[in-house]
Amino acid sequence: MGIRVNFENNLGELKSKITEMGELSVVALERAFKALKTQDVEIALKVIEGDTAIDNLEMDINQFAIWLMAKEAPVSRDLREIIGVLKISSEIERVADFAVNIAKATIKIGNTKSLLEITHLEKMKELSIDMLQKALQSFLEENIIFAKEVGDLEDEVDQLSGETYKKLTAYLSEHPEETNQLVQLLFVNRYLERTADHITNIAESTAYLIKGQIYDFNS
Amino acid sequence: MEQLKEGKSIINVRDLNLFYGEKQALFGVDLAIHEKEVTALIGPSGCGKSTFLRTLNRMNDLIDGVKITGDIVINHEDIYKTNDVIKLRTKVGMVFQKPNLFPMSIYDNVAYGPRMQGIKNKKELNNIVEESLRSAAIWDEVKDRLKTSALGLSGGQQQRVCIARAIAMKPDIILMDEPTSALDPISTLKIEELITNMKEDYTIVIVTHNMQQAARVSDKTAFFLNGEIVEYDDTDNIFSTPQDQRTEDYVTGRFG
Repeated sequence: MGIRVNFENNLGELKSKITEMGELSVVALERAFKALKTQDVEIALKVIEGDTAIDNLEMDINQFAIWLMAKEAPVSRDLREIIGVLKISSEIERVADFAVNIAKATIKIGNTKSLLEITHLEKMKELSIDMLQKALQSFLEENIIFAKEVGDLEDEVDQLSGETYKKLTAYLSEHPEETNQLVQLLFVNRYLERTADHITNIAESTAYLIKGQIYDFNS
Repeated sequence: MEQLKEGKSIINVRDLNLFYGEKQALFGVDLAIHEKEVTALIGPSGCGKSTFLRTLNRMNDLIDGVKITGDIVINHEDIYKTNDVIKLRTKVGMVFQKPNLFPMSIYDNVAYGPRMQGIKNKKELNNIVEESLRSAAIWDEVKDRLKTSALGLSGGQQQRVCIARAIAMKPDIILMDEPTSALDPISTLKIEELITNMKEDYTIVIVTHNMQQAARVSDKTAFFLNGEIVEYDDTDNIFSTPQDQRTEDYVTGRFG
């Protein structure tokens, strides 16, 4: 054996860049939410600044993947892996963008004396991070079980998102003076719901890499 | 192994074993090759793919000590039960790794087979030569020098004249044994383009070491290993989701 050692190393490098991107996105989500919860505009600004590093990593990964395809003419599992990397990196980039959006919503809410209770949103954030970690683990270890679990967790996020929407809109009709904050929280609700969708796409790409067939965990 | 339907097939191979003296080179090969498709045979050196290809027009008959068991049915006829090998090789043409034109003019090379079949009418021969060279996508390059030596052409051009020479016999099937391995990349692409166009009229079986070539030109791919077919399936499947780990390892370059 020992054929194509360089290529294998390159694939490993791609994977480690994905891991790095994933970790940075988890940090971004955690921080964005901490900023929201503690109404800390400084942290929110850091999340926005930090997004550049994630965007740059995505570009690196894209260029590297394209070069590998051109030079190695990958087929079968190798090809699925590189295509998977391309798709997954763009999904992670979207997840990080939602962290930025949450940070921006935090800034728009600014300092309010009466921040609403955000337990549901917090739970959605925790589920999303759990999903992201599972999806990445599934990709790195090529383990389909984790990918499937991501799909199940997404259902929970959807459920919470529906409930949050109802609660917030009901509150809005009673407290029109809180419109600014409520609208931003409705956005955050939407961002988290979309975050979970994108993470589910990562799990689907991973499942395709592992099994060579298309999965739909969103249904 | 996926046998694929025999219904659409023009070549049906069943339980083919081949021995070079004591040494067995093919083991129980079953294969149904579909009409007007390109079938690629891939596998590492010594896996039996060229040996298998040569059984399809009995080229192995020329080697001493070769023994074959099993059936090869082409167009409903068991080719090892016929005595008319000339007719078989008319219907099953062959193109080799290196261009092997005769040291004569381009025209005479292509007209050689038809003349041997007794065609003497000049107009008819002219038509066959032109039609064959056109089919092999070489007419425009040689039409003004038909009477010059074929050996003055470039390797890629010579190989296309070889294909024209095979076409001139009006075969049903054309076997190609690594037809581009001696050619430069552009000539290779021209031959690949030609193969893709030729399947409208012919069934093509090609042995190639170039896996990208197999992926580009063929509809079906058979992976040979140690004289057996490990996997035979649509080319798409072989190169995207092969079923056997050995196929996966081979097409991704992990051994070979």
